[in-house]
Amino acid sequence: MHETTHQNHANTLKLQVEKSTGINVSHCYQCGKCTAGCPLNEEMDIMPNQILRMLQLELPGYEDKILSSLSIWLCLACDTCYSRCPQEVKLSQIMDFLRQESLRQNKVNPQAKDILKFHQAFLQSVKQNGKLHEVGLTIDYKLKTLNLMQDVFLAPSMFAKGKLSIFPHKVQNVKEIAKIFKKISDSTKV
Amino acid sequence: MRIGYYPGCSLEGSSKEYSDSLLAVAEKCGITLEEIKGWSCCGASAAHNLNHDLAIALPARTLALAENQQFAEILVPCAACYSRLATSKYEVTNNDTTRKRMESFLDLKFKGDVQILSVIEFLQKYIYPVADKYIVNKLNQKTACYYGCLLARPKEISTLEHTENPMEMEDVMAKAGATPIDWAFKTECCGAGLSVSRTDIVAKLSGKIIEDAADRGADSIVVACPMCHMNLDMRRPEIKKQLKKDINIPVLFITQALGLSMGISADKLGLNKHYVPTDKVTSCIVKKEA
Repeated sequence: MHETTHQNHANTLKLQVEKSTGINVSHCYQCGKCTAGCPLNEEMDIMPNQILRMLQLELPGYEDKILSSLSIWLCLACDTCYSRCPQEVKLSQIMDFLRQESLRQNKVNPQAKDILKFHQAFLQSVKQNGKLHEVGLTIDYKLKTLNLMQDVFLAPSMFAKGKLSIFPHKVQNVKEIAKIFKKISDSTKV
Repeated sequence: MRIGYYPGCSLEGSSKEYSDSLLAVAEKCGITLEEIKGWSCCGASAAHNLNHDLAIALPARTLALAENQQFAEILVPCAACYSRLATSKYEVTNNDTTRKRMESFLDLKFKGDVQILSVIEFLQKYIYPVADKYIVNKLNQKTACYYGCLLARPKEISTLEHTENPMEMEDVMAKAGATPIDWAFKTECCGAGLSVSRTDIVAKLSGKIIEDAADRGADSIVVACPMCHMNLDMRRPEIKKQLKKDINIPVLFITQALGLSMGISADKLGLNKHYVPTDKVTSCIVKKEA
């Protein structure tokens, strides 16, 4: 019965979302426009409007489902949902929070591992150089995911077209960037 | 007036031709862009996917540098960087707690008074008024203007008049002598940052965009974002596989298209850096009638 009982304590996922983003989740009245317009709805395991409904219900079982869903990692933050929402619920910002929380609680959907590794490799490159080094990112991502052969045929043509440089363009005071990363209490695990 | 320039990482790497063509057009019109000294990455999708503070702090660092270097305006041609910088400015200037937190992360003071220009605003403000003087060619082709997400949304950030059916790029392309087409996918998402980690999804989303442009008879697609360009151009083999047909519409940066109309050479504009051949674009061009 516990699963179907509303949580009494004050720290439900809904309240955490609201505290962190300033968005009132209860404003959603389930018109479904977000899901209808979402370019990724076909790929998602829980529809965007369902995520909002599940947050509203504040059931503990739902919180786990949301945080371990693939949907939150597929969201591209294109903001189509937000631009069409009659209640102006900024779902992309809620998704940002949910991903961060999913990572913090170690609940990342196994199918989203490559997406996460890409983001982590990206930030690693920025932390090291202050700018993204595309070659470094690609190598790091391949090693992290073991997708070693992916896009392997693109590299020679990209070099030939002058689209890639072997060495990173570094920011002058690159230590400053690492300091910012360090200062921010991060759950990014980069 | 001094205009600061924030190229962003892609424009120093895989989308160098966007920067080259932008600088060539600006030079032609007698406008100098001055690179912001010490700029760093905006954090892109990676930062806002994983860490909100980082997503605000990284662009705020560059904004603070631009302020210290006395720029009243900065041009951010990459739609993704523009979105991140504008979001950071929005959050920092609308929330005192956020601003103070960012200042403590960055050890920099931040007023938030630098005007951030997207490429569209830059073209409208600085190029459009003088363009007629420099336009010598007529592009003479049907063009699908593709905005993608980040120039059009969210409304707090975007300066376009309409979210779903903006017309600003069409105005520029009409000036360059192209015929902008009416089509359905101008603000649909290309798949953006999933390009590497979920190429299958990018092929699907970008495939719909390419297919609609083709169905409506476009000779070219014009974009203003390196990520969109990469997905629509470099990912064409995956798109072809997905669509099960061969669509060879070239994809140009809006600055390349404008540059061609100003008689700047295809080489200087970096048309040779594309994957889908651009002969179809250049072969349509005719001299503008006096």
